[in-house]
Amino acid sequence: MQTRRKTLKQSAVLAGLLASTGLFPQYALAYNKGAFEAKSVAEVLKALGAGAPVESKDVVIGGPDIAENGAVVPLTASTALPGVKHMLMLVEKNPAALIALFNVTDSVEANFATRAKMGQSSDVYAVAVMADGKVLFAKKEVKVTLGGCGG
Amino acid sequence: MADPMRIRAQAAGDKATVRVLMSHEMESGQRKDAAGKLVPAWFIQDVEAKHNGKSVLIAEWGPAVSKNPFLQFTVKGAKAGDKIAVTWKDNKGETRTDEATVS
Repeated sequence: MQTRRKTLKQSAVLAGLLASTGLFPQYALAYNKGAFEAKSVAEVLKALGAGAPVESKDVVIGGPDIAENGAVVPLTASTALPGVKHMLMLVEKNPAALIALFNVTDSVEANFATRAKMGQSSDVYAVAVMADGKVLFAKKEVKVTLGGCGG
Repeated sequence: MADPMRIRAQAAGDKATVRVLMSHEMESGQRKDAAGKLVPAWFIQDVEAKHNGKSVLIAEWGPAVSKNPFLQFTVKGAKAGDKIAVTWKDNKGETRTDEATVS
């Protein structure tokens, strides 16, 4: 059972991670430099102008419980909910939290898989930004035995 | 010029699952070389997928996506014979487009 306090705390953490992703403004107009430079989940969300995140069972994050090689961690993010605008993948303890941002259109399902680098064991987040402004997330802990950032 | 992408698109019912394997270094900008200097970041920033010429997915990536990135997504309404084109652009401005036919 999750207490409200715990939920709020997680929301704050995630909001911080998201806000930290507002980076690289010198590139293509569409590219969210701020979002990709953001250090925390909350910062990433802030950079994207997204509201407070709420944990949701309708968003699914997939990944290994233990990743032997942090350089290649397979992650999936999906939701069956309609009206998704963006799907994000975040790793809380990476130097920059945001891994990838997918702009969802009507022609694709909000179901993506890719591989990420992880510097250390951390919570990973899948965040769905809905067209109505709601921000839903799911998280999962991935233990990394060999880091993949720096060396 | 970068190596070609490997794209496989398989139709199942009224949608198609697309798997893309790109060939890219994806340097994070966190690593140091033998002389202790930071290796500058070099990674794919934008990925766009088109279904029969219509843009269906635009993704923005950070440097934390793995080397030689893998991407899987599902295109609704795609059937055998349709064209799926994928374009990426990295932070040095290099770009590459490859196309595959849904099978």
